[in-house]
This record gives sequence, structure tokens and C-alpha cells, in this order.
Amino acid sequence: MKTFNYHSAKDSKEAKKLSSSNSAFLAGGMTTIPSMKLGLATYKDIIDIKNIKKLSGISVSGKSIKIGATTKHTEVANSKEIKKTIPSLSSLAEGIGDPQVRNRGTIGGSIANNDPAADYPSACLALNAVIHTNERKIEASKFFKGMFETALKKGELIETVEFQIPEKSSYQKYPNPASRYAIVGVYVAKHKSGVNVAITGAKPCVYNDKDLAKALVSSFSSNSISGMEVNSSNMNSDIHASAEFRASLVVTQAKKAVEAC
Amino acid sequence: MASLVGSRVERKEDKRFLTGKGRYTADININNQTYAYFVRSPHARAKITKIDISKALKASGVVDVLTGEHIAKDKIGGLIAGWAIRSEDGSEMKCPPNPPLAKDNVNFVGDPIAVVFAESLEEAKAASELVNIDYKILKAVVNLSEAMKDDTIHKDIDKNLCYDWLLGDRQKVKEAFDKADKIIKLDITNNRLIPNAMEPRACVVDYNSASEEITCYTTSQNPHLSRLIMSAFGGVAPEHKLRVVAPDVGGGFGSKINLYNEEIVCSWASKKIERPIKWVAERTESFLTDTHGRDHITHAELAVTNDGKFLGFKNETIANLGAYARVFGTVTPTYLFGPCATGVYVMPAAYSNVKAVYTNTAPVDAYRGAGRPEATYTIERIVDKAAIELGMDPIEIRMKNFPTEFPFKQTLVHQIDSGDYVAGLKKAKEMADYDGFSARKKDSESKGKLRGIGVTTYFEACGIAPSPVVMMLGCGVGLWESAEVRFNPTGQVTVYTGSHSHGQSHQTTFAQIAADELGVPIENIDIVHGDTDKGTFGMGTYGSRSLTVGGIAIVNACKKIVDKGKRVAAKMLEASPDDVDFKNGEFVVANSNKKKTIGEVAFACYLPGVRDEVKSPLPEGEEPGLKESAFFDPANFSFPAGSHIAEVEIDPETGEVKLDRYTAVDDFGTIVNPTIVEGQVHGGLAQGIGQALTENAEYDETGQLITASYMDYTMPRADNLPEFNLGFTCTKATTNPLGVKGCGEAGSIGAPPTVMNAIINALDGQEIQMPATAEKVWRACKNLKKTKNKAA
Ligand SMILES: Cc1cc2nc3c(=O)[nH]c(=O)nc-3n(C[C@H](O)[C@H](O)[C@H](O)COP(=O)(O)OP(=O)(O)OC[C@H]3O[C@@H](n4cnc5c(N)ncnc54)[C@H](O)[C@@H]3O)c2cc1C
Repeated sequence: MKTFNYHSAKDSKEAKKLSSSNSAFLAGGMTTIPSMKLGLATYKDIIDIKNIKKLSGISVSGKSIKIGATTKHTEVANSKEIKKTIPSLSSLAEGIGDPQVRNRGTIGGSIANNDPAADYPSACLALNAVIHTNERKIEASKFFKGMFETALKKGELIETVEFQIPEKSSYQKYPNPASRYAIVGVYVAKHKSGVNVAITGAKPCVYNDKDLAKALVSSFSSNSISGMEVNSSNMNSDIHASAEFRASLVVTQAKKAVEAC
Repeated sequence: MASLVGSRVERKEDKRFLTGKGRYTADININNQTYAYFVRSPHARAKITKIDISKALKASGVVDVLTGEHIAKDKIGGLIAGWAIRSEDGSEMKCPPNPPLAKDNVNFVGDPIAVVFAESLEEAKAASELVNIDYKILKAVVNLSEAMKDDTIHKDIDKNLCYDWLLGDRQKVKEAFDKADKIIKLDITNNRLIPNAMEPRACVVDYNSASEEITCYTTSQNPHLSRLIMSAFGGVAPEHKLRVVAPDVGGGFGSKINLYNEEIVCSWASKKIERPIKWVAERTESFLTDTHGRDHITHAELAVTNDGKFLGFKNETIANLGAYARVFGTVTPTYLFGPCATGVYVMPAAYSNVKAVYTNTAPVDAYRGAGRPEATYTIERIVDKAAIELGMDPIEIRMKNFPTEFPFKQTLVHQIDSGDYVAGLKKAKEMADYDGFSARKKDSESKGKLRGIGVTTYFEACGIAPSPVVMMLGCGVGLWESAEVRFNPTGQVTVYTGSHSHGQSHQTTFAQIAADELGVPIENIDIVHGDTDKGTFGMGTYGSRSLTVGGIAIVNACKKIVDKGKRVAAKMLEASPDDVDFKNGEFVVANSNKKKTIGEVAFACYLPGVRDEVKSPLPEGEEPGLKESAFFDPANFSFPAGSHIAEVEIDPETGEVKLDRYTAVDDFGTIVNPTIVEGQVHGGLAQGIGQALTENAEYDETGQLITASYMDYTMPRADNLPEFNLGFTCTKATTNPLGVKGCGEAGSIGAPPTVMNAIINALDGQEIQMPATAEKVWRACKNLKKTKNKAA
């Protein structure tokens, strides 16, 4: 690992001030540190945001849940409020990586990173999340731009993620056997306003599958999507799963999710 | 005192391992040490046209930078193949030179070219980026089935062929095939695996300029052999000026049998730069440069009668050696593979023909089971296929072809001293509730799942020795073991053994057998191993040979102690040695109550004079002290065997395979410590199941390893494994006094065909290759649907 300057920011303002084109925020460090160790990323300044009190914590208010950006996966997995209101979200958090990763990794870091195989981005799309930053509010549907790409500008800091509480929902991950990230993860959520079927792992970036959602709006049962085929032409393909296999998993995992709702 | 052999003595190692107090090579730091970082080839095959180290030499903290040029100048030798194998036409095998640092050509990604020594690891790593190397990139030979037609990698090695070896009689096989009712044919690949020891390779080397002695701490399964090779072939230093110490070793599975480039280079360089050197592999380096395992392509044929009798067997295999031939690289796909390929069966005629080829990939060498998993996979898959084609039950066809009398002369090499294959399979069948399978299958089907059952019976030749045989087969050394047993004057015992543990709990097992032989409490016995300066020579731990060869050397040394003890006790008790019996740690004169404990006798041996009441107990001509040593070279290999049965449940929609039940009934002869043996079986099964379901080392067409991290190389995890149902039968080995056979490799031998036979059974006989990943199984399920729809 190359040497760097370490800063601990006390609030969002300071974090922003310290940031530059050659800096990174340090939340759980579960992505940043391994990529620095492998020489895939080098930074001049590392700005630790874990000591910014305001960024951590969970609160439920009527129709939504707000989760602070530096809230750890374990906290989401174990939160009584979340288990009561959106149990699928705590089980998603419980299925991320391993205990060590869950004890350090954060929700803000996960969505800022927008790994094509990460779990949380699908929750954001399915649960109509709003991402609150130090500068603005961004709707999830406008936040995830492409592979490892988001709407965040340099120095922009996620402060909280606000999820809409659905009528029912379920996340079904088909894990990569090696890394245990998602080969395909399908998050189905039924809201009063409609149904979302958010898919992670299948394509370079998380997306809402409109066709599956439409079929489920007319009748919310696994039968209504059984036998559907999704187009595999722009899906990921690697040694673990071809595009064709991923396309098939999208439907089977969606069926499982509907059944588990 | 009750016998300790056979009891669940708590592992002596547990306390230090479980409290984080194990001492591994990377834990060792030497004052004033430098840090080594190796510059490795990023290309699978290239000519080196220029190496410029001038910038790196000037970088911050750099002590020195050395290259293949320096190695050549100092005449440091390279790595070697330990077994000489001859081709069918009588010609000798062809092995390329494998210098510790590549000078002119690189032959796999990770091949080391230069090394930087610096005051810190960071500085060494930073400077390594300044070593400027120009390459002329050449087309890499990667595809095993095409390797013989591709460019030649090494000068004068035509077709990239190391040897084209034959064991058996082609003519007899032809005659058997001519008589057959049916010929079963099978094409399989045995997937390439990366051993993945938890502890990465490492070495710490200290040169003492006063004594001119080099001490190399390293992660080795056989420190004595490493010293021998480094000295005799590497020319690093004469053996008496070279000490190799392997402290606690965190797993090896065969990958730490070899002496590696880094150990030679650091040992040589420590003297050259007159500084201690520390090197620890990064995980990526382990993936790239640890020897890999397996990697065969096989075409096999089995000639059978309509009622399921085997008449003959052909095994045509291409084995991948990787870029260079290493210590067990050439014997693993020949004598460790070919003979076992006829399985536990009476097979009137057979041959194994193996072409071993070089490719631009990491060297392939012994990996847990070494050759025998490949052999067992071949025969057990084809036997199942025969059962399918003949419409027979897989247990019935096996029972029909078992030998029932022992010793049994196996078709190709081995004279199997003892075994009872019928009893083993019967027991496995009961324990697995084989008869309840159809009910469980119905149950699975009612949930939309497929269920299959798979059977395997295996034998293995292990306890590798005897020397006369292995040397006749091409081994460059004898494969005996040695031990020394020393009594302290106050009665505790230190046992020195040439065998070394890399996780097998020798300190417990060996202490148990010494405790039984000597009647000394186990807590008074220490086992010392892993240091060429402490105790006797050893040939290493692999091939399930530590107990069957090394353990017996301990038994024999103990017996010599008891013999001397009898003579001394007789003198002390004023009796004839012939009248003295030894039991439970006491020397007793027959038909009397006169006795001495072994502690008293040991004490007396160290006080041979006369003073007051004390009179010398030593008979005339007897040397003082109590210390004996023994070398043991058994009369034959040992032959563990077993029967495994597995059940899988498959989700046809996702291709997920759930290994639902696994029963293993093994015959290891005498079991010294059931807990340790069960642990060995569990570990072996996990690795065998890993091979069947998840693990695969993949190179792309340019020779880049795509599975070079845990993000892509799929290790089996606890949730891939069922609760194991273990059972044992016991027929004692007749070739050693304990009757032990060895247990370290059984699981990895039995599991792959057992799991694959179960999957193929679930798929109605449709064949797939290992590893049975979800996508492959999903595709097979789709085919199944298609053919079922057609049929309907
Ligand atoms: C072994 C392992 C297994 C894993 N398995 C999974 C898995 O199964 N599923 C899954 O989804 N993930 C998985 N992860 C990733 C894990 O979820 C991490 O939490 C996630 O990658 C990043 O979170 P972090 O808090 O560690 O972020 P960091 O590594 O600290 O930061 C990552 C990036 O996000 C930026 N960032 C961090 N916080 C903010 C913020 N508040 N505002 C703006 N930018 C910010 C940083 O600048 C940096 O660029 C795994 C990771 C590891 C190491």
C-alpha cells in the first residue's frame, strides 16, 4: 500500500473541505482498503467519516425508515425497528459478506461504491429510496448511473438513506459461490403505488425490471411471472455464470421473492 | 496403564493453536533483517530481452537486487524432478532446467525473475516496480488437449512431451476386449486445483558469518529433503553448513513438499548480502506459484460381460505438468496414478498410458491424494457407467468384482496385504440407509427437486515406501523414516522424528504410541520434529506415510530401549534378561514380585558408577545412558480402502446441488486416535467435495490465471458440506507392527466420484464434468426436461 494522509472529519462540512480529486472517504473501508492494498487505487488523502456522529443511526417515522450512511450492516441486520417494518432489508444486510465485513461495512459505502454485484442498491430501487447528501436529495432511480458510477459529485457525502416502507417485500440473492456477492439478487417490493422488481448482479448496474413488475401489478403471484423470459443480451457473463444463466436466475429468484413476500 | 492407542487423547497441539500461540515462519523476526520482494513474470511465455536493475538499486532502502545472472555466476542449481520416469519406448523423460531466477525465458505467470532486498517491505515492493524488464512475448501453450500440437516451450522437448509412459500389457488387454460382451467408454477431465494452505509460503533466512552457517526457517512438509536438495542440487552450502527449520506449518496438502525458488534464492542471498532475509508470500503469489494439483484429461474403457464381470481396462491420460517438472510432478501421474486406476477390483487385464506434457501454467505436483484421486475418479465413474448401461445396481456390480482373498495381487503393481471390501461396502450401505433412498427420492420429487445417490469404493497405495521398490520405479532417494528416543535421567522422554507435521497432530499421535511402548505417561513425552539440527533424517510428510513409516521407526526405537532396559533391569534385579518381562512401564522378573520401573532403570543407566549403596547396574560391556534410534523401511506400501455413499438434491431451476447425506466407511487398519482420524477424514472429504462441486483453477488463452483470488476461486465452505456420517472397519496392515495403514488422503480420494456419481444418478445418467457448478447442472437439467418431453 502506498502512503497517504489520514484525516478524521468531525462533521460533513469538514469532510467536504478536506476532499479533493485525489481523496476518498473512509467509512467501513471494506472496499477502499483492499483496493489500496492491491494497488488498484491510490489516494493522497483518506478522510475518515466514522467519527461524524450525525451520520450513524436508524429512525422510523410513519412511512419511511432513515438509515445513517455509516450505519453498519450488522446494525441493520439486528435492528428491531427494521425487522418489524421492512424485514427483507435486515435479512439483506444479514446476507452481506461475512461477520467481519458486516461489522465494518456501511450502507453509505456500499451504495456510493455501487458495485454491480452489491446487495443494497437493489433495496434502494425496490424501496423507492431517497439518498440525502450534504448537498441535496437524490431519488434512487436517478442515483445509480452505471458500473461503479453514481450521481455523487466529488466531495459529496451521503448522510442518510431513506427507504419507503412497502406493504410487503422480499430479497432473494443467488450468491456467487466464491465471493458470495450476488450473481443475481432480486428485490421485490409491493407498494400501494405499484410494484418494483429491482435486480442486482445481472447487468453492469442495478435496474428495475419493468416487465416483471408489470406482470406482478396485474396479479401479485409467482404464477404471473412463471415462464417469462428476460432478455440476456446485455447481461454480465463470467466464469461463474453466463448471461443466459443469469437471465434465467432473474426469473427464478423473482418467483422466489414473490412467494416469500 | 490402559493402552493409549485407540483412545481419544486430547490433542497436545490444541492449546497453542487455539490460543494463537502457534509459531509459524512469518512469526519469526531476526534482528537487522531485510525484506525480500520478488519480481515475477506477468506473461505466461516470453523471452527476456533485457533486465535493468540500476534504478531499483538506487531506490530508497534498497540493500541489493539480484537476478538470474547472479544465480548463474554463482552456479546455484535449480529445482528438480525427484523421480525419473521412462517412456514406453524406453527413452528417458525430458525435463527442462528450472533455475531459481529465470534468466532467458519465463514460462508461467509468476515465474520469478529478480529479487529486491530492502530495509522495509514497502521499500522492497516499491523498488521492484523499478526493475525494468523487456520481454518478447511468445504464444502461450495453455490448452492441455492441444499442448502436444502447439509450439514447443522448452528447447529440445518435442511436442512438449516429458514422457509417454505405459504400465500394463496392451496385448492382454486387447485379447480381453475381444472377448467382451460390452465395452464401456468414458471421457473425463480431472479439474486443476490450487491447494490453498491457510498459511502462505514463507522463509526467513539467517546467515552466520562466524560459523558460515545458513539457517533457513521455512514452511515445509519435509525440511530434511529441502536441505538435501538445496545442498546437493542447489549448491547453496554443504549440508553441515545448512540448517532448515520448519516450525509450525499451517497446512500444505502437498504444495509444501517442494523446495521452491524463493527458499533457494533467499538462502543463497543471505550469505551474499550478509543480512538476514524475510520473505512471506502474498495470497496472490500463493495462487500463482504454489504447485497446483490434478489436471488430467482421460479416456477410459472398461470391457465387461453382460452379467457385470470386468474383463479388462484401458486408461489413456494426458497429464499437465505445468511449466516445469517438480519433485513429485513426474511420479504423481504415473506410479501414484496408473496402478490404482483398476480400483479395488479383480481386473484380468489392464494398462495405463500417460502422456505428461508441459504447458505455460504453474507447475503441477502432488496434492492430497496425489494420483490416487485421479485414478479412483476414473475407475469409479466408469464402473458406475457400466452399471447404468447394464441395468445393474451400483453396489451389486462392485460386489461382483471384489477380491475376496488376501493378500490380493492387484493387476498392475501392488500386492495388497489385507482388506475386506465386502464388509466395508455392506457397512456403508447400512449406515447410509441405501434402501431408504427411493422414499427420499419421492419426497424430493414432490418438492420439485431431483435426488441422486452415488457410490464409490476405493483403495489407495500409501505409506510411501519401501525404498527398494520406489527406487526401482524411479525415485531418486529411498523412502524410509528414522527416529530417536531419548530418556532423560529423571524419566521423561524426548522423541526425535524425521517426519514433520503440517497439521496432522503428530505430537499427539506419536506420543500415544511411544507412551504405549514405554509405559511412560503421555505428558512426560515430547515429540521434536521439523529441524535438521535436531534429531534424525526424514523423507517428509506426504502419501499418508508419517505414521506408517515414521511412526513405526519410533516404535522400533522404543523396542530397542525396552531391550536394553531388560538387560539393565536384569542386572539390577539379579535375574537373567530372559526372565524379565516388560509391561505397563515395569520390568518384572517372572514368577516373582521383583520389579523396577522404566524410570528407575533410566536413572540407573545414567549413574553407572559405584558409590555407597549405589552399584553400577550396567552389565559388562553395556554403554551408559538410555537412547536408541531406528530406521524403518517397510516391506510394502500400505493399502487403506473404503466405501463412500452420498446423496444429492438438485434444484432444476437454479442448478444448485445440495449435498444432503454423506457416509464414509474407511479401513485404515489400527486407529491410534479416532478424533484425529475423523478430523483427517473430514478435511479430506471437504477437499474432495470441493473438487467435485466448486474448485477449478482456470487460465485464459494467454495463460493468465483468472481464478487468482478468493473472489473467483471457489473454496468449499461449511455450508457446502453435510453432517458427515463416518464409520470404520479394521483389517490390520501386516507390514508393520501397529497394523496401521494411513488416513490423510482417503477423503479427497473417495469424495469426488461419490458426489459426481450421485449427481449423474440424479440426472438420469447424463454426464457432466467436475466441478459440477450450478450452471452446468442447470444446463443438464434443461436437457433432461427436453429428453423427457420428447419421450412423453
Ligand atoms: C470479503 C467481502 C465480502 C463482501 N461481500 C459483500 C456482499 O455479499 N454484498 C455486498 O453488497 N457487499 C459486499 N461487500 C462490500 C461491503 O458491503 C462494503 O461494505 C462496501 O463495499 C463498502 O462499504 P464501506 O463502508 O466499507 O466503504 P468504504 O470502503 O469505506 O468506501 C467505499 C467507497 O465509498 C465512498 N464512501 C463511503 N462512504 C461514503 C459516504 N457516506 N458518502 C459518499 N461516499 C462514501 C468512499 O469514498 C469509497 O470510494 C463485501 C466486502 C468484502 C471485503
